[in-house]
Parts: sequence; structure tokens; C-alpha cells
Amino acid sequence: MSHAPLPSAAVPAMTRATGAGVEVRLEDLRRTYGTVHALDGLSLTLEPAELVALLGPSGCGKTTALRALAGLEELTSGRVVVDGVDVTSIAANKRDMGMVFQAYSLFPHLTALDNVAFGLRLRKIPAARRRARAAEMLELVGLSAETGRYASQLSGGQQQRVALARALAIEPTVLLLDEPLSALDAKVRAQLREEIRRVQLEVGTTTLFVTHDQEEALAIADRVGVMRAGRLEQIDSPTALYARPASPFVAEFVGLTNRLPCTVDSGVAQVLGTPIPAVAGSVTRGAGTALVRPESVTVTPDALGEAAVEATSFLGAIAHVTLRLPDGVRLRAQVPSAAAPQLPVGTRARVTLAPAPVLVIAADT
Amino acid sequence: MAVLTRAQRRRASVFRWAVLLVLGAFFLLPLYAMAEFSTRGGKGRTLEPWRAMFHDPDLTAAVSVSLQLAVLTVAVMLVLLLPTMVWVRLRLPRLHGVLESLCLLPLTIPAIVLVVGLSPVYRQVTRVFGDSPRTLTFVYVVLVLPYAYRALDAGLASIDLRVLSEAARGLGAGWPAVLLRVVLPNMWSAVVSASFLAVALVLGEFTIASLLSFSNLQVTINLLGKADAFLSVAVSLAALLFAFVLLLGLSFVGAGRHRRSRARPVEES
Amino acid sequence: MTAPLSAGRRWHRPGGATTPGVGDRARWATLGFLPFLAYVGVFLLLPTVVVVVGAFSNEGRFTLANIRALRESYVLEAFWRSVVLSATTAVIGAVLGAMLAYVIATSRPDGLLRRVFTAACGVLAQFGGVTLAFAFIATLGFEGFLTVVLRDHLGIEISPGWLFELKGLTVVYTYFQIPLMVIVFLPALDGVRAQWREATVSLGGSTWQYWRHVGGPLLAPAFTGCVLLLFANAFSAYATAAALVSQGAPIVPLQIRSALTSEVVLGQENVGKALALGMIVVVAVVMVAYNRLQRRTARWLS
Repeated sequence: MSHAPLPSAAVPAMTRATGAGVEVRLEDLRRTYGTVHALDGLSLTLEPAELVALLGPSGCGKTTALRALAGLEELTSGRVVVDGVDVTSIAANKRDMGMVFQAYSLFPHLTALDNVAFGLRLRKIPAARRRARAAEMLELVGLSAETGRYASQLSGGQQQRVALARALAIEPTVLLLDEPLSALDAKVRAQLREEIRRVQLEVGTTTLFVTHDQEEALAIADRVGVMRAGRLEQIDSPTALYARPASPFVAEFVGLTNRLPCTVDSGVAQVLGTPIPAVAGSVTRGAGTALVRPESVTVTPDALGEAAVEATSFLGAIAHVTLRLPDGVRLRAQVPSAAAPQLPVGTRARVTLAPAPVLVIAADT
Repeated sequence: MAVLTRAQRRRASVFRWAVLLVLGAFFLLPLYAMAEFSTRGGKGRTLEPWRAMFHDPDLTAAVSVSLQLAVLTVAVMLVLLLPTMVWVRLRLPRLHGVLESLCLLPLTIPAIVLVVGLSPVYRQVTRVFGDSPRTLTFVYVVLVLPYAYRALDAGLASIDLRVLSEAARGLGAGWPAVLLRVVLPNMWSAVVSASFLAVALVLGEFTIASLLSFSNLQVTINLLGKADAFLSVAVSLAALLFAFVLLLGLSFVGAGRHRRSRARPVEES
Repeated sequence: MTAPLSAGRRWHRPGGATTPGVGDRARWATLGFLPFLAYVGVFLLLPTVVVVVGAFSNEGRFTLANIRALRESYVLEAFWRSVVLSATTAVIGAVLGAMLAYVIATSRPDGLLRRVFTAACGVLAQFGGVTLAFAFIATLGFEGFLTVVLRDHLGIEISPGWLFELKGLTVVYTYFQIPLMVIVFLPALDGVRAQWREATVSLGGSTWQYWRHVGGPLLAPAFTGCVLLLFANAFSAYATAAALVSQGAPIVPLQIRSALTSEVVLGQENVGKALALGMIVVVAVVMVAYNRLQRRTARWLS
């Protein structure tokens, strides 16, 4: 993308070499409405060019955090620092951030091209240049054929692509995505999230992506932050988050988890007769509940086995088998679908656990 | 919302208050003037015209006639319009445009024009039904069509008519039962809305009644104005207040219905 | 294909491939529309036909005399005055009404302000006519409240009968035009999504730029449509003027009144119908334009 840099609409100290993202720091953000703490001390740093996903259930404050970064939401206290500059008191329309909303954000009276060129028009870029830039952005998102269409003539996925192009056309310092895929069908969602990631990598803008869909977050983010009740529970790379959840909430929110009774002694938990190392933060001794992933459980049909198959869910490439153990505990295991026919309901089976480290929490939580 | 700066918000607030106060004063002034005018007595204030309102025989007769017309109009409108709208939605979707055009046609054919062509029609009507002002019901239903249609259409759009009626029919309900037991209860607020609008229109109708030489509330008030200005102003104010209370009540009934919220649920996540 | 079964039996199908009795069912279905059609035909379409036919006939014969009578100066002046009155009150009503609608739309969706003002507008828009005329007689008539106040306290003398002239009618008409504007314009304002404002802001737009490039263009068709609707409404209004103006016929609806109620000159019985036809033409043109604008509004703002 070679062309003269666009005039900055924001604080002059910001440098923007095309393709280089900036560092974004959210420092102890707090937002209170009466007794409700939408944000309760959220601190987060986004590295240059990084895509960070904020994940959490509704009401956890993730959208509030994003909007506070954008300047659309007022903060009770805390600082927002972009590329070393405190922008907390700067008006939203001077922050130079591109935002993609969940839905309905395209201007219905403008064509796709004019929508994308809108930000440039506000910056008084001459018509020929802004049309060229807009066309370029639409090509980036794969919609060169739809430049003349209106929002009502585009599918949901196409509309969101245009919204993305529009946000990027102004070469923003930060890209903000507020659940951009939530309003779309499952198949479109999967395709579009890859697109978004591809574009983000190509452009290199620091990006904050808010979603309640953990699959989305894990699939495309450099790091995922899990939020609850206005604060960050854990922020880590997707693999680390999945393999080493720091709290029961994270363990159960991200991926499926089994809760199995166990006893712990000096960093080793005895779960279903298997010794498994316990991760840091676990209960250190005595009774506890181990959080075990279904894929760590191996099921082998065995007439003398202690477990009995209760139900099977076929999920395409894999199947989930629910087993019942003698002490009443239910366990969910993941098996390749080829193995599922050998485990009809009622089959007795033997259950073994992989020695992957687990988080052990207190027995009664 | 932090979309506006504090200074912008203050300016916007000033604007709001200015508009509300100025226009509020404009609307309240005549109402106040009516109250003041109708209570003018020899020495200070008097409530004589207000008392006389309830005793004037012409007036009470006219109020009674207008109220009867209101009830009759609502009844005929519902019986005529609702089944037809349901039927068109379910069985005759191609006639939807025709139905809508016919219902909105009265907006293009104003009452003053309609009445010109109504004389021959009403000559026949009075021959069959007598010359009571209640025969005005027939034409009032037509006047009410645009407003009733819009209200009922919004109500029908908000319930899944096809699914509900098919479910009811599948369980053995006949068409009257579908209408009375399934459709009506589910669009109650739309029906109430349409009815209130009809009542307001009927109570305020003057053109057709006067030019067809019938005597309803507004015609009587007008005649009264020539004889007793104070009384007529008192009655006008009373009628206006009554209609206001009626429609205010309506807004509470229709409150839960549809108002699609402009604001996204920002406080949510 | 076996002989079609009667409309009622839908489940006994002797191996036929098509739905039996579909043609019958469609015909039966159309019957359901007839009561409504008949009713509207008698009480709406028939009078309209009477008017249209009558405008072109005299004692049963086709003639253009009635139409030609419309070229009399007093008729043309009445049409002109009607147009001026309607246009003025439409524009004033639209501008002030839009401001009020904006204030209402930006208030709390379930708040008291919205409910009270919407109800008030509903009443005032619909219920004008005679009561409104008397309200203004009580305000600005010969011994009206405001007349007295202005005379006694400010020394301003309002000419008697001002209320019953065109200027007076303009003020009175505005009283119901503003509320009507609020009622018809509010849905359009409600259709403006918050996301558009936020998107403009995030793209760097100021409030002025928002209204200039987004809000304004989106609401323009709705606004213009509403102006047209207000025009048609004022043009067709009869009751208020009839109650205020007992002598004379400055505007078209009152001309029709004279035509209907006064002693008719021989050969001119149907001039009233010609006047009515003229009104239909004007209002129809305006309403067609209004509908076109409404469709665009619906596409963008619903």
C-alpha cells in the first residue's frame, strides 16, 4: 500500500509508519453506574501489531472496555495510553481509531465504496484519491465487485467486510472490533474471522477484538483475555489459556471441563487412581476437585471396566462420550469418531487419564 | 454517552428546554385562555358554564349521540377490518397491496370531498335505516380506516399470524375461534390503540355530520358558539381534556408493545 | 389427474399428484374479501365516483361547464389562498414539529416526557376542528384572553376579525400541524440508529459533519414527505375554518360549503363537485409524492 501518508486527525505526537502498530495501555480502568461496576480495575497492555481478544460472558465489561478505549464511554477513573500519549480526555472523534460494530453500522444511503471512503471524506481527501483508496480497501477484504451496492443489497458477512474496510481506510492507530461476527451465521462467522485475521496481519494495526465466542477468540488472537465482572481473570496465548487455566472460571469458560474428585499431596493429585501433577495455584494438600479436559481422557471398551457409557454425541471429526463412574461421577471423554461405534450406550469401559498437568480447586466449589 | 463533549451536552440541554418551554407555552396558552374565558363571571370567576354543561338538553343529547357513534364505529370497524386483514394475510397475500391502498385511500379523499358525493348514498341509507345520526357510523368507519389499519397492521406484524393460526387449526379450531381466542388476545394493545384512535376521530368529527345535516357533538358545540360563547368554550375544553386523558391512557396500554429501542444495550457487556 | 375434490377434504387423496380443489379454495378465499370490498365500495368509492362524474355532467349530460366555472377569479383566488395557507403552515409546522420530535426522540424511551407529549400530540393533531376554533376565539377573538392582555397591558390593539382572516387561520392551523408533524416524523427519528452516530464519531466526524453527511441526508426524504403530508392535511381541513369563518369563502373547502348549502344558480349545481374534483387532484398529486418518499424512508430507517 504505497501512497502519501494521510493527514492525522489526532494528537500530533502519534507516529504511524504504514504497517507498524502502536502500543496501547489500559491502566486500571473503572466505570461505575450507581452500584454497578461495569469495569472494576481493568489493566491491559496491547503490544504493537498484536490482536488481543477480550472474551467473557455478557455483562463482564468487555464491550465497556472497548468503548472506553474508543472514547464512546466515559470512565470513572483510569487512563488510556496510546503510543505513549494519554488520550483519556481526548474526544472520541479525535482518537483516530477504527471501529467495527456488531451490526447495522453501514450508512444506508451510501454505496459500499462511499461508505469506505467516508472517513477520508471527513478528512477532506480529494475525491479521486479517496475513491482509489476505498477501492483498494474493498479489494483487501475481497469485495471489489460490490463497490456500487448499498447495505440493503449486501449479505451480513459482506456488510461486515465493508465495515472493516471502512475502519481501516483511515489508517487508524488502533482497530476495535465489537463482536463483529455475533450477528452472522456459523459458517460465515468461521470464514470471516479468518479474513479479519488475514487483513489484520497484512495491515499490522494493533487490534482489540471483543467476543463472547471462545472458539473465535482462540482461533485468531495472539493473546486472549478472559474477563469477569469488570476485571481481567487471565490473559495468555490461546494455547496457554487452554492448557493452563489460572482459575476455575477460566477453566470452565474456555473449553469443556470435567470435575473429578481427587486428593492432593505435595503437588501431585491422585485422580481416578492416576497420579497427575497439579499446576501452580492448585490446592496443595487434602481433598480437591481436579479440572480435566475431555481430550485427556482415554476410553477403552472393557467388559470388566468400572465406567459405563451413558450417552454419545457425534460431532463430525470427534465424538463426545459421557460415562458414569461407580461413585456416581459423570465424565465426558473425547474419542475419534471412528471409535464411537464401539461405545454404544451401556458398554462397560476402562478410563485412563493422560498425565497432563491439571488445576485442582477446593472440593466444594 | 461520551459521544458528545460536556459543552455539547450542555448546549443540547439548553436547546431541549428552550424548545419544550416555547412550544409547551404555545400549546398551553389556548387551553389556559379557554379556562379563563369560560370562567368569566360578573365579579371574578364563576363555574356557571361548567355547571350548565351537564344540564343543557341539546348538549347532553349530542354527547350521548357522539358516544354511541364512537362505540358503533369501533364495533363495525373491528368486525369489518380485523377479519379481513387476517384473511388477507393468511389466504390472499396478493391482495395485500389492494387492501392497504383501499384503507389509506381516505387520506387522499378528504371528508369535505367525500361528503359532496355522499348525499345520494345517504339518501338510500336513511331510507333503509331511518334518519338517526347513528347512520353516520357507516361513513365514520371509512374515515377511521387509515388510522385503524396502520394500528392493526402493526399489531398483526408483531405476532406470527401464520404459525399461530396453523397451530390453532391443527388443534381443531374453527375460524371464529382462531380470531377470537388466538388472534385477538395476542394483539390486544393494537386493537385498543385502533379503538382509541377511532373514538378520538369520531368525537372530533364535524365536516360530514354538519354538511349532511346531522347533529353530533361538534355540530352542537358549533351551534352553541353562536348563542353562548362561554358555554361552548367550556365544552370545548372539557372535550379536549377528555380526549387527552383517553389517549394518555392508550399510551400506557400500548407501552409494552413494540417501541424498538434506538439505544443499543450499552450497559450490557 | 382425478376429478378435483371439494374444498373441505384435504386428506383423502386418491394418489393424485396435485393438491385437490386448489382452484376452489382460491375462489372461496377471495369471497372473504368481498364484504370489505363491498363496504368500501359503497361508502368510499361510490361517492368518489359521484363526485368525478358529477364534475363533468349537468342534468345527466356530459359537460365541461363546471370545470370552466373553476376559472372564475374568486375560485382561482380561493385555490391560491388554500395553497398559500397550506404551504405556510406545512413548512412552519414541519420545522417546529421536527424540533419538538427531536427533543422527544432523544428523551428516555419510556419516560414521562415522551408519553405525555406523544399523547398530547395525538389529541391535538386529530381533534382540531370546532374545539380548536373556539380555543382560539377564547385566546385571540374579540374578547379573548390574549387580546385583552395585549390591549390592557401592552397597548397592542389586534384588529377585530384578525383571527378570521388568512393570517389568523395560519396561526390556528399551525396548532394542529405541529403535533401532526411530531406524530409522523417521530418514527423516522426513531429509525436513526445510534451506531451511525458512533461510526461517524469513530471515523473522526464532528456533530456538524454527522448531520451534514449522515443524519441530514437520511432524514431528508422523511422530512420532505412529512411537509407534503402536512400540506395535504391543511389543504383538506374544513372544520376549523368552517367554525371560524361564518361569512364568505376564502379557501376551497369553504367554497364547497357555499356550493352545497347556498341557493344554487341554475346550471351550476355541480360546481361543488368540480371544486371537489380539483381538491382530489391536488391532494392526490401530493400524496403520490409523499408515498414515494415514504418508501425510501422505510428502506433506510426501519
